[in-house]
Amino acid sequence: MHELSIAMSIVEVACEEAESRGALGVDVVHLRLGPLSGVVKEALLFSYEVACHQTLLEGSTLLIEEISILVNCPSCQQPRAVQSVQSLCCAECGTPTPEILEGRELMVTALELR
Amino acid sequence: MIPEPRLVEVRKNVLKQNDMIARALRERFRESGLLAVSLVSSPGSGKTAFLEKTLTLLQPRHRVAALVGDLATENDAARLARSHAPVKQIITGTVCHLEAAMVQNALNGWDLNNLDFLFIENVGNLVCPSSYDLGEDLRFVLLAVTEGEDKPLKYPTIFNSADVAIITKSDLADAVEFDEAAARRNIQSVRPGMKVSKLSSKTGEGMMEFLDYLEMNRRNCRAASAVSK
Repeated sequence: MHELSIAMSIVEVACEEAESRGALGVDVVHLRLGPLSGVVKEALLFSYEVACHQTLLEGSTLLIEEISILVNCPSCQQPRAVQSVQSLCCAECGTPTPEILEGRELMVTALELR
Repeated sequence: MIPEPRLVEVRKNVLKQNDMIARALRERFRESGLLAVSLVSSPGSGKTAFLEKTLTLLQPRHRVAALVGDLATENDAARLARSHAPVKQIITGTVCHLEAAMVQNALNGWDLNNLDFLFIENVGNLVCPSSYDLGEDLRFVLLAVTEGEDKPLKYPTIFNSADVAIITKSDLADAVEFDEAAARRNIQSVRPGMKVSKLSSKTGEGMMEFLDYLEMNRRNCRAASAVSK
């Protein structure tokens, strides 16, 4: 369970951005989360409130956009979805591929500032 | 007057601080011409035994050192010190994984130019270490034959973050009826094309082939470093 330290990093990144823009507070943090980031959504949401305590983010909402894995399929020669996180094969033609284009994201994409 | 809420685009990696330190470490390793290898696995998969054997076998021909992460004890460093290689323990306290800054701090006072191989043993944990880049050139994930063939399917993220899978404790495979084909199939399913080695740190089976692989990688990284100088 390392989601608390991840939540604290989110708060750090968001505070830094908010301060540099002269914001009085942060209402919403938008986060993009990939299935290969190693972070569990529920545990992160649970830790987030604690991490926000006594910061510019106090009382803010964490909006998580869960994305899917996208690989480059060597057979289709196109970006494709995979069968599952346990089976990194092209969802269209079944070719296995380790070439991951998306899915490791753990990124603050936007902030709603006051 | 309360200002209107405004939406600003940010696009910042949450672990950017860790990633920056990891990048700096990777650059230092490259300039020193050493090969940095990290080990991840669940507790009890044989990371320390593997490392002890590896350090001992590499020692006559190479300059080797190790950092070992542990929640509470220095037992691993004491075990590894028997190989007579420089070893430093990183005690993480309550933290369940190593971060790049911990590696950076632990390397204080070490002249990396005097090293050929640096091993970094992560805390025994198949979940949390996957998120953190430590600046290593290669990440090995260990899977003991006693653990069950479906570990890769249960922990796909860490297998996906690693470069090589090592099946350890091969001397016990028959006793526990280890299904090697199933284990290899599961590894390939979560990380297609992954290199898989099978060995026993106890009997030495498979160790020599593996050391050849390590030495080959070291030569490649030394060559890359010479070209860039």
